[in-house]
Amino acid sequence: MRHGLPPAALQCSIPSIDAFRFARKDANRKEDRIVADRVPYSEGNECSPMCGIAGQINLNGAPTERRVLDAMIGTLLHRGPDAHAVHLAGHVGLAHARLSIIDLQCGAQPMSTLDGTVWITFNGEIFNYIELRDELIAKGHRFATRSDTEVILNAYLEFGEECVQHFNGQWAFAIWDTREKTLFLSRDRFGVRPLFYTQVGNTFLFASEIKALLSCIEVPAEVDLFGLDQIFTFWVTVPPRTAFKNIFQLPQACSLTVKDGQVTVGQYWSISYAEAADAQTAGETRLAEELYTLLEDATTIRLRSDVPVGAYLSGGIDSTVITALVRKIAKDRLRSFSITFEDAEFDERSYQQEASRFLGTEHSNVSCSSSDIARVFPQVIRHAEQPVIRTAPAPMFLLSQLVRDSGFKVVLTGEGADEVLGGYDIFKEAKIRRFLARDPGSHMRPLLLKRLYPYMQGIQRQSAPYLQHFFRVSMEDLSSPFFSHLPRWELTARLKKFFSAEVRDAVSSFDAIAEIERTLPSEYHRWSYFGKAEYLEAKYLMPGYILSSQGDRMAMAHSVEGRFPFLDYRLVEFAARLPATVKMKALDQKHLLKKAFKGLIPESIVQRPKQPYRAPDGKCFFGLATADYAQELLSPEAVRRCGLFDSAAVTSLVAKFKSGRASSIKDNMAMVGILSTQLLVNQFIHNRCEEIAQCI
Amino acid sequence: MHLTEIQNEIHRFVISNFLYGQSVELQANESLLEKGVIDSTGVLEVVTFLEERFGITVEDNEVIPGNLDSVARIAAYVDKKITCPI
Repeated sequence: MRHGLPPAALQCSIPSIDAFRFARKDANRKEDRIVADRVPYSEGNECSPMCGIAGQINLNGAPTERRVLDAMIGTLLHRGPDAHAVHLAGHVGLAHARLSIIDLQCGAQPMSTLDGTVWITFNGEIFNYIELRDELIAKGHRFATRSDTEVILNAYLEFGEECVQHFNGQWAFAIWDTREKTLFLSRDRFGVRPLFYTQVGNTFLFASEIKALLSCIEVPAEVDLFGLDQIFTFWVTVPPRTAFKNIFQLPQACSLTVKDGQVTVGQYWSISYAEAADAQTAGETRLAEELYTLLEDATTIRLRSDVPVGAYLSGGIDSTVITALVRKIAKDRLRSFSITFEDAEFDERSYQQEASRFLGTEHSNVSCSSSDIARVFPQVIRHAEQPVIRTAPAPMFLLSQLVRDSGFKVVLTGEGADEVLGGYDIFKEAKIRRFLARDPGSHMRPLLLKRLYPYMQGIQRQSAPYLQHFFRVSMEDLSSPFFSHLPRWELTARLKKFFSAEVRDAVSSFDAIAEIERTLPSEYHRWSYFGKAEYLEAKYLMPGYILSSQGDRMAMAHSVEGRFPFLDYRLVEFAARLPATVKMKALDQKHLLKKAFKGLIPESIVQRPKQPYRAPDGKCFFGLATADYAQELLSPEAVRRCGLFDSAAVTSLVAKFKSGRASSIKDNMAMVGILSTQLLVNQFIHNRCEEIAQCI
Repeated sequence: MHLTEIQNEIHRFVISNFLYGQSVELQANESLLEKGVIDSTGVLEVVTFLEERFGITVEDNEVIPGNLDSVARIAAYVDKKITCPI
């Protein structure tokens, strides 16, 4: 199947490729040709990419069309503004948009092996590339550049598809092996870098973002109702599903091959958590030292860059720890960045300032108001490409803009610590609920829940009997494999009452929770309750929301690369074997991390109650001039046109917000979930051509 | 105000405020918690409504499921407070 011309709106918006300098590289194979369009480098001598990738393979052998690849990569220039190029090789095409970070002059992509038999388009970083390069040279491999891209190519030559086992990094890449006639796609262990694919007839397409796939007009743009059901349960779709029907995401730690017309997906890595009686038993002090050493090395290799690296400093422990390590390792002047909120309920500036003073960073912040959130929310959804239940990605969008405007392309952050070292409140809540279950009649035990959520007025003002009711634990709950997450999922699932009758009917036989239960690893039932909770968080929310809607997509909206030392796989494997009691001692979250960094970060930050990162939600979209579009999208006509929600129920919810009576978690999640879905449909389906053109 | 009127008004409030006007079967004696109608902040919305609409004061120790966990219980509680405010 051949792709038709892009719609008129796109044709006129595709950058004029001929306007750029044309370069032709000699390839060793006649049918391989590179048609490169390099924007001249604006600075120095870097070479490694944080980028956007796209590609196509025609399963019936028909030649690829350059204009299809141009259109795809044209939608991803925000990911890679420094250069872009296309490689055509018969029925295969690879495209690349580049943000140069290391070895700028030699890291051009798509890149081939020296003999021209294997080609790659790569987004991300292999942080251990220096060590791997030495290892490969010792085995006889030759290199023309010092880029990590070429290390991947040679590792592939040496180890084949098992090469990914040797990588420590964050990646999404596609390799075209002309010898084996195999297209090989891979995504990093935690899903830091995105990779989507679809198949239309005989054409297999892949890209860093969905909008690139939708630039091909023959790819249908339709909401996946089961994906929507998952988002209104777990906050995320469960890979390979996305919010779009027939468009899939490669799950984290998976590779995909296309060979002889067959597409196969396989998992190359998984994490195993400690069984209740099988955790590491070394003393806390030794474990803390080991954690420190691992994290220091993870940070060191993530500082490999030919451009300056900054740090996010939220005011919490995780980012302060990372900033402290960067300060220690790099010893240079260090820039740190943060968000402040006008609304004191969400603001952490005093802790940010204290951490900055303590660590001696040059600190900048961006102030975020409800009006700002409403203003950027449509762009947030355009980049997130899926409905969201919270507005928290919006301030991250503003933060990456600040970083970029300050001249930085790379930031280190504390993401991952909560998931792997016992930081989230949901772990603590599960622990308390188990404690309550041992004495269901106790009137004192429910009061512990007030300590759990000190920042939530709704909880603080509750009586013990109500707390007991809200957090009650049945025997059925206790035996559920999803004990820790059921309250969150059940609360979120109540939002499905807003679905239109047609959608409710379409998903009536779909049970999102039962579906993931069928995919649990065989050893899951042997893990401790704490390990199970960590697994669920790391498997679903982290890749689908934290690292995506709130992570990669918001950072790359402004061409900024995030790096996450806590997600070094060596550290994650170490943490998974730790006993729950050192990660959360009594109710002390991230106990071992605090011990490992005692004295190295301000004590006030160690001692402060955990405040999860949150932002003002539903009320942002009412009474502010920047939110006029929301009134249109939430009107009965617009809701009926979209067809996904019950217009009367939405009108009732809108009235509740307008009257100032909406305050519950459910109201807020419903409003943000509905509005973001309406935006998604409006941007990617109703106004598909205009929106894609806008991205180009 | 008659108990039936109070109960009807509370029923309308619950349907409009927590069920967004949707035609959901809600019996007067059904538990609002069990049915998933209200969450932790929902209880506070009920209290605010009762104080504003009926001019009563809901004491902290009265915010318990025994008083507020069904339309019938809320109506009975309000009726008692109106009749005997102290």
